[in-house]
Amino acid sequence: MSDAALETRGLCKSFGALRVAENIDFRLAAGARHALIGPNGAGKTTFVNMLTGRVRPSSGAILLGGEEITGLAQAARVQRGLGRTFQINTLCGELSVLDNVALAVAERQGVAGRMWRPASAYRAVREEAMAMLESLDLAGDARSRALDLPYGKQRLVEIAIALGLRPKVLLLDEPAAGVPSLESARMLEVLAGLPAEVAILIIEHDMELVFRFASRITVLVRGVVLCEGAPAEIAADPKVQEVYLGGNGA
Amino acid sequence: MHSFLSSLIGIGFHGLAYGMILYAISVGLSITMGLMGFVNLAHGVFAMAGGYLMVTATMSLGWPWAAALPVACVSVAVASVVLERVLYAPLYRAGELEQVLFTIGLIFVAVALARLAYGPLPLSAPLPGYLKGSVEIGERTFPIYRAAVIVASALLVAVLWIGLERTRWGAMVRAAVDNGPMAESLGIDTSRLFTVTFAVGSALAALGGALGADLIALTPTYPFEQLVYFLIVVAVGGMGTLRGPFLGALLIGVGDTACKYWMPQFGAFFIYAATMLLLLWRPRGLLGQAA
Amino acid sequence: MSGASGAVIGYAASPRLRPLELAPWAAAAAVYWLAPSYLPLGAYILIIILLVLSLDLIVGYAGIVTLGHAAYFGIGAYVAGILAVRYSGDPLLGLAAAGAAAALFGLATGAVLLRTEGLALLMLTLAVVSIVFEVANKWTEVTGGADGLPNVRIAPLLGRFAFDMYGRTAFLYCLGVLAAAWWLVRTLVASPFGCALVGSRESDARMHAIGAPVYRRRLRAFTISAALAGMAGALLTQTTQFVGLSAVSFELSGEILVMLVLGGARRMYGAFVGPLVYIAARDYLAKQSPEYWMLGIGVLLILVVMFARGGILGLLDSALERLRGLRR
Repeated sequence: MSDAALETRGLCKSFGALRVAENIDFRLAAGARHALIGPNGAGKTTFVNMLTGRVRPSSGAILLGGEEITGLAQAARVQRGLGRTFQINTLCGELSVLDNVALAVAERQGVAGRMWRPASAYRAVREEAMAMLESLDLAGDARSRALDLPYGKQRLVEIAIALGLRPKVLLLDEPAAGVPSLESARMLEVLAGLPAEVAILIIEHDMELVFRFASRITVLVRGVVLCEGAPAEIAADPKVQEVYLGGNGA
Repeated sequence: MHSFLSSLIGIGFHGLAYGMILYAISVGLSITMGLMGFVNLAHGVFAMAGGYLMVTATMSLGWPWAAALPVACVSVAVASVVLERVLYAPLYRAGELEQVLFTIGLIFVAVALARLAYGPLPLSAPLPGYLKGSVEIGERTFPIYRAAVIVASALLVAVLWIGLERTRWGAMVRAAVDNGPMAESLGIDTSRLFTVTFAVGSALAALGGALGADLIALTPTYPFEQLVYFLIVVAVGGMGTLRGPFLGALLIGVGDTACKYWMPQFGAFFIYAATMLLLLWRPRGLLGQAA
Repeated sequence: MSGASGAVIGYAASPRLRPLELAPWAAAAAVYWLAPSYLPLGAYILIIILLVLSLDLIVGYAGIVTLGHAAYFGIGAYVAGILAVRYSGDPLLGLAAAGAAAALFGLATGAVLLRTEGLALLMLTLAVVSIVFEVANKWTEVTGGADGLPNVRIAPLLGRFAFDMYGRTAFLYCLGVLAAAWWLVRTLVASPFGCALVGSRESDARMHAIGAPVYRRRLRAFTISAALAGMAGALLTQTTQFVGLSAVSFELSGEILVMLVLGGARRMYGAFVGPLVYIAARDYLAKQSPEYWMLGIGVLLILVVMFARGGILGLLDSALERLRGLRR
């Protein structure tokens, strides 16, 4: 099965005596809409951090498009097509919304380290960043400072930045976290409109959003994959109901 | 060989006394940095204030030395609480640059005030009779005062460690250093905890400044000149702990004394170089927690 | 990054020179023609402006807080001095050598420093300047130790313009170097590189997540900044014909940080305003009473941090904005 966009094999991680990932075998198919759920402390964040390269796994392998990336630095993974958003907004607050996206576009176009011409001379960067903002209905805020935007809109900027990298695989770390419920419909709309060819792994607590968005769900409990399947299967699984949906987890 | 051993003992003794003073001053800095993530370059101001208050109390007011010492420490602690509430607290969330500059500003103010009040020359409070003199062991003499500093500081270390390990306050401090937001969600009033810890740290600094006046010259530029040493102690040991700066202070105290004794021509070069190498090897210090 | 006085950066900003940006140069010309007796002080201020400008690049734009920038200034100053005493007094050669030496030292130390952050970084910058100070202090045969290197003889600039006692050549020389450095820094901060640098100041995690080589870019900025600081050091040696320990002190490192924040960090022209105001005030007040000078600067610094983070230029910006609001 070589068509996996992202794959982990026997991924383990422990902090001292605490095992936060045990032998995780995970497969994200090309173009998938896959959700990772689990109660607090299940190890979701650590799993994402291992995928992006912020945390080194204790053992196991990570493959991106069939190529091993386990030992690669964060930047190298991004260049190979792995994009992410953060659970807590992580923007360059003093910079404009446009510049936040343009930084990512410039990085992808390989011009971000140029020193001798003004940034505004790189029209291709600016126009692509602007187009990205337009597609998310953010064009009107392009010139605002990122930190002046309401939180919900900042969540969308996070996504715009990730899209600016034109990733093959996109990790969305709780995109609806902190978004007022009125706007979460808008978030679902945005997620539904993401390019079909991008494989998406979403980590989310909002179960309604998960079940409407994902076509496949993996349940992680205490660092172990409990089960995986279509939303209907997961919803019907008594194991899941016990530890998660019915329990005190969410 | 005999003289080498003898100088080794001398360096050990004086280095230990110096290290103990450095520890008393720096431990508060370590805890407040670990607790609040605040870069407080002005910590030496409290040490200097302790020293000068001793001078005023014993020389101008004629108080007995032993009575002046606790009064000086408590006064500094009270003043530090006012400073913490009024000036420091609004900057806890500010950037590193702002904190650095604010505390440099505080140092400037303190240096100016100290010069106006006490003049530019080094001062020290006269010692009471029972702490003067020295004992002779073999062919070396050991000043009683420095021996007393070592003993008193060792007691202090014991009290402090027991306090942090065994009391409720200690448990709260440790929880807040580990994870501030978590501690807050458990109902710990972190802002009050900061204030109390800050006051204790300042009182200890004042104690160090008062006791150490014969090891570290008390002049108005004290907070600037000694800053590097206090920071080295914290950085080498690892911040946010009690043991870290203890180890750091002993290493620096003995190391600096040895360097100045054996290789005065190099000044403090080796201390700085060693600090650099150590921080390269362990950016969070010897006992600091790994990332 | 908006505001009338701030240098504009970003992908939507116009790189065109605004009239106000010419003000420093007009002021310098005015001093040259109208107040010739101030030329030596003027040259000194230009040198410190160059140093503070180099500091703004790493502190203001890249967000690397350092207490050790005088190390690079001092290296440049000593290299220029030693070169002139031992080999050649050609000023441009000295300038280039000082810049190169400081850049190399900046690259070597930066490669180490920039792997750390927070207290460790601050501590290491302090250690760097302390080490350079100790070396300058103790290596007496080469540096002159505490007495410094006096009588540094400097040959005429380009073989034609001697450094006269009125300080005309010195002033114009410093002005020329500062103008070139200003243009360089202005170009850098407006470039994609400059934006990425600001990005890493704002959020390290974000820049890593978009695949930016943060460390390499910061090191590049640090090296450029060190080179500029070294050149400023060379200018000081060449115009005063003396190098002393004050060029490598921790105090100087702190003072230039104060000047930067006083003028307004992150806006390029704060580096022009800050030293001017600071040095003018110091020369006036410190003569009257050094204590009140220190007290004043300390209180001022606290006030700036508490109420005017943008420094003098920040205050100016908000005043201008209010004026504009009134007119509308």
